[in-house]
Amino acid sequence: MLRVVLGTVVTFAGALFLFVGCLGVFRMPDVYNRLQAGTKCTTLGAFLIAIGVGIIEPTWFWKTLVIAVFILLTNPISNHALGRASRKSGIPLCERSVVDRAQEFDGYEGRP
Amino acid sequence: MTEKADRTGSRARDIVYLFLVLLITWLMLTSSLHWQEVTTGAFLSLVLALFLARSYARLGLPPLSLVRLWRLGVYFLVLFAEVVKANIDVAYRVLHPRLPINPGIVIITTELSQDVAKVLLANSITLTPGTFTLDIQGDKLLIHWINVRSEDTAEATRLIAGRFEKHLKAVFA
Repeated sequence: MLRVVLGTVVTFAGALFLFVGCLGVFRMPDVYNRLQAGTKCTTLGAFLIAIGVGIIEPTWFWKTLVIAVFILLTNPISNHALGRASRKSGIPLCERSVVDRAQEFDGYEGRP
Repeated sequence: MTEKADRTGSRARDIVYLFLVLLITWLMLTSSLHWQEVTTGAFLSLVLALFLARSYARLGLPPLSLVRLWRLGVYFLVLFAEVVKANIDVAYRVLHPRLPINPGIVIITTELSQDVAKVLLANSITLTPGTFTLDIQGDKLLIHWINVRSEDTAEATRLIAGRFEKHLKAVFA
């Protein structure tokens, strides 16, 4: 019983983070800030949901743990690839941005 | 002669480590200690380890030791705490009616030299409060920061990478 309650709470927390992540994708002003919301919140969201399911159903726990670890390993890669491709192809930062030092790197042309 | 023996030794060690990692992953996925499952897993892990040991060696990982494993565990604990903080921080910014962001792209430097260490650092930065790595060139990392607190390279390095760098240095020392 306690296990089910704990698992449900963890899964619910995960769902909450996923919801905030989706909201962030709508609210943020440019692609880079959307990536921030879209990846940060989904990492913990998916992680907590996987772990929560594992707690409710103990025979699945190790499998869900492996899934969670793979999410933690791969999520940053997609974030990085999308951000890098966006900046390299010249998608502008939003007006509220305070600094853009990307020009100092090879292969990044000046502010588009 | 000793050099050759050394290389053979490190190759054997690579195979053993890879075998153990693969076998543990297999056991976690099957969640069963039935002898048939374990035998199949051990056989497949051994074959894969023999085939992949060369690419594993190319990663240039430092030799494994208990101290290193312990430090890696500490690092992962620090990382997990930071991940939770990052999520709460970004969730707060998203839910705040005025959207309190102050974004920008800054450059930080790292003292880590190995590629694997740099990748780990970049991934850790991506997972933590309001920062993600756009690119690595040499010892410089290009970072998008949702709330720029300093445009200065040294200061930004301290704020963003300081939390992880000393743990990673300990692991790869």
